[in-house]
Amino acid sequence: MDMPAPDIDVIGKKSQLISRLLETLPNDAVIHEEVETRAYECDALTAYRCAPLAVVLPSSTQEVSDILRICHEMGVPVVPRGAGTSLAGGALPTADSVILGVARMTEVLETDYDDRFIRVQTGRTNLSVTGAVEEEDFFYAPDPSSQLACAIAGNIAMNSGGAHCLKYGVTTNNLLGVTMVMMNGEVIEIGGAHLDAGGYDLLGLICGSEGQLGVVTEATLRILRKPEGARPVLMGYDSSEVAGEVVSDIIRAGVLPVAIEFMDRPCIRATEAFAHAGYPDCEALLIVEVEGSDAEIDEQLGVILAIARRHNPVELRESRSPEESARIWLGRKSAFGAMGQINDYMCLDGTIPVSQLPHVLRRIGEMSKDYGLDVGNVFHAGDGNMHPLILFDANKPGDLELCEAFGADILRLCVEVGGCLTGEHGVGIEKRDLMFDQFAPDDLDIQMAVKDVFDPKWLLNPAKVFPLTASAGRRAA
Amino acid sequence: MEPVSESELSEMIAGADGPLRVVGGGTRPVGRPVEGATLALTRLSGVVDYEPGALTLVVKAGTPVAEVERVLAAEGQRLPFEPMDHRGLLGTKGAPTIGGVVAANVSGPRRIQAGACRDHLLGVRFVDGTGRILKNGGRVMKNVTGYDLVKLMAGSRGTLGVLSEVSFKVLPEPPAAAVLHLGGLDETRAGEAMCAAIRSPFEVTGAAHLSEETSSGTSKTLIRIEGFDASVSYRAGRLADLLADFGEVTIERDKAEIARDWRALRDVAAFHGRAGDVWRYSVRPTQGATLGALLRAMGARALQYDWGGGLVWALVPEGADMRPDRLDGHATLIRADEETRTRLPVFQPEVPPIQKISQALRDRFDPRGILNPGLMG
Repeated sequence: MDMPAPDIDVIGKKSQLISRLLETLPNDAVIHEEVETRAYECDALTAYRCAPLAVVLPSSTQEVSDILRICHEMGVPVVPRGAGTSLAGGALPTADSVILGVARMTEVLETDYDDRFIRVQTGRTNLSVTGAVEEEDFFYAPDPSSQLACAIAGNIAMNSGGAHCLKYGVTTNNLLGVTMVMMNGEVIEIGGAHLDAGGYDLLGLICGSEGQLGVVTEATLRILRKPEGARPVLMGYDSSEVAGEVVSDIIRAGVLPVAIEFMDRPCIRATEAFAHAGYPDCEALLIVEVEGSDAEIDEQLGVILAIARRHNPVELRESRSPEESARIWLGRKSAFGAMGQINDYMCLDGTIPVSQLPHVLRRIGEMSKDYGLDVGNVFHAGDGNMHPLILFDANKPGDLELCEAFGADILRLCVEVGGCLTGEHGVGIEKRDLMFDQFAPDDLDIQMAVKDVFDPKWLLNPAKVFPLTASAGRRAA
Repeated sequence: MEPVSESELSEMIAGADGPLRVVGGGTRPVGRPVEGATLALTRLSGVVDYEPGALTLVVKAGTPVAEVERVLAAEGQRLPFEPMDHRGLLGTKGAPTIGGVVAANVSGPRRIQAGACRDHLLGVRFVDGTGRILKNGGRVMKNVTGYDLVKLMAGSRGTLGVLSEVSFKVLPEPPAAAVLHLGGLDETRAGEAMCAAIRSPFEVTGAAHLSEETSSGTSKTLIRIEGFDASVSYRAGRLADLLADFGEVTIERDKAEIARDWRALRDVAAFHGRAGDVWRYSVRPTQGATLGALLRAMGARALQYDWGGGLVWALVPEGADMRPDRLDGHATLIRADEETRTRLPVFQPEVPPIQKISQALRDRFDPRGILNPGLMG
């Protein structure tokens, strides 16, 4: 992975930078000793590491503003960081950058059940947002699988999704407003507790901009009343084609499940060995979950089960208790951990049109043979968001590169069939150099023009999202 | 100018030597009046791709909304965000286009549960002010590849680029619906009733209130739910219990009747054919009634509340500036003569830093300033 050469001038200004930061921030909010900055050298994409120049951990929007103003004046790049759980290298530092971590900003600022929103500082974790409103039976809908650890700041930066977005949408559909600090230190407010904002949809533009347009310090989030109940059903099929037809038929029948999850045989076997969830050994497994009162669930599952039976399942398991529901979800929820037990793995995140599922799985199988690397597929089938997990051995020379090449081919395939490179993890550095496979130069140019507006010096989250060749002229300017 | 293809659209914009007034069906003349040669998208029409099993639809921007709705209905599906038809309110003729819906981010009563137009917009193709053909997003439901210009284009009213193609997430049309009716509530009580309903787990897909001036002497409060038959019956029953304190609840189950009522609410039929300007306010739902009282004091003649109180429509005397000084939300002047729309800001004025960003975006997307210049600011 190419990264731009660090700016020697900036590195040379380190002591001056640190003393300016210490003038405005408490001592314990500035980390600059090399042994300590190393803790921030990577996020969850651990294959790439680089210690930053310094790390700052502000506690307020004002402190974030002070930090950005100083860095802006001194021309120091800034890498915003939530909880550091990005799988795409979205928070990878450069040697000449300051990491701005919002982990200390975890306050709940306002909760309003009548208007159905919560306002939080963005260092708060995703799950603890739901935790803050659970006593009134409310929840925050986007549920990325890292939700125990990941921060709202990162969710906004990457427009994170989750298993339940078929019904509830992703972060951008649940974000009502932000307080954001611009690179020059200016603080702006966008949106609020009302629904549609006037003027341009800057909120929609900020969400998913990977921390390159500003640092979001506070967020107004939509909260929803919890449904009365939820129940999953598990079904196994002999072929992924048939499983794909089942998904399509369920959707066409007018049922809108909250989740439709898909696992293929390699993934089923790995999770069985690890979690013993009692999954059938079959080519394709679906978990479909619906919500409502018991009677409403019965009504929806009646439709779903009739469709499932019509396609001759090798297994069809209804849940009759919370324990059985938990067992149905157990294997799916431990899928990543299970694959990790076998080997190192790389988790991909492309999206495809649902109708292309059988074709794409067949091609991935063929490529797996060509590359000599095993792959398992976990998949949000309702919305076409795939998570192929490629197994490799990090200690074997050349294996990581081989795995990356395989991954790139899978993502190109996703684009080729009408999909995209990333459904919910973001581009980061991981998919940066594949952007030309999805976008024409002009398509990228207009996106970069947006960055020019918000961050004319290109100091925020450097070297992410755009291929370095595409951004070279702007970064040098 | 009426391009028949995206490439022709691109050539027309690249070759334009003055301002362009970009229109779809021309049924929503909202915004400051624009001088310029008319660029109409109506001939850029047709369904490009529709996969009912994937809930995705791709159409050319000039496609009539009616055609989109017909194509979806044939598969038992619909646009979830219930776009308003502005013709009755604005007294316009012609066929509304899907591109116009997107350009104005038009959403209806279901917005509280399903989301807005922008929430269902998966991808756009558009031509910028220099004639470049650009794309963003795509036709899949989950996509975070690059910046989200899809959202930016929704509601930008042709000032950043001219839409040539749009793709949507669509949803199944539920087989059943029910509406709970409450009569005679004042606006504060109606706000509380709507709030109690939306706060429940029973998935309300519409919550509206018509003030007494708009509904022949007695105010009306309506709560809508949709879904499978047994589920709708169950939820209607539970909601009726929940709302018992607010007075007598009657339940409407006739689907055609419900469709008619909510089309009228969606299109603000209560104001059709009545003289006066029309303003639209987006606020916190619990502030709806307070705003309503203020608007009445400022001279409003009739009010309609939607989105559980979060959307307020006001019929007001012609030419009056009805934007309150301190408004936690925003006000838009939807219907007024050209003089009023030139004198008063149509959209909520932006604070200087946001104004600067908006202008800088326009300068990048349309460096010559020829696309609907001045319409949004």
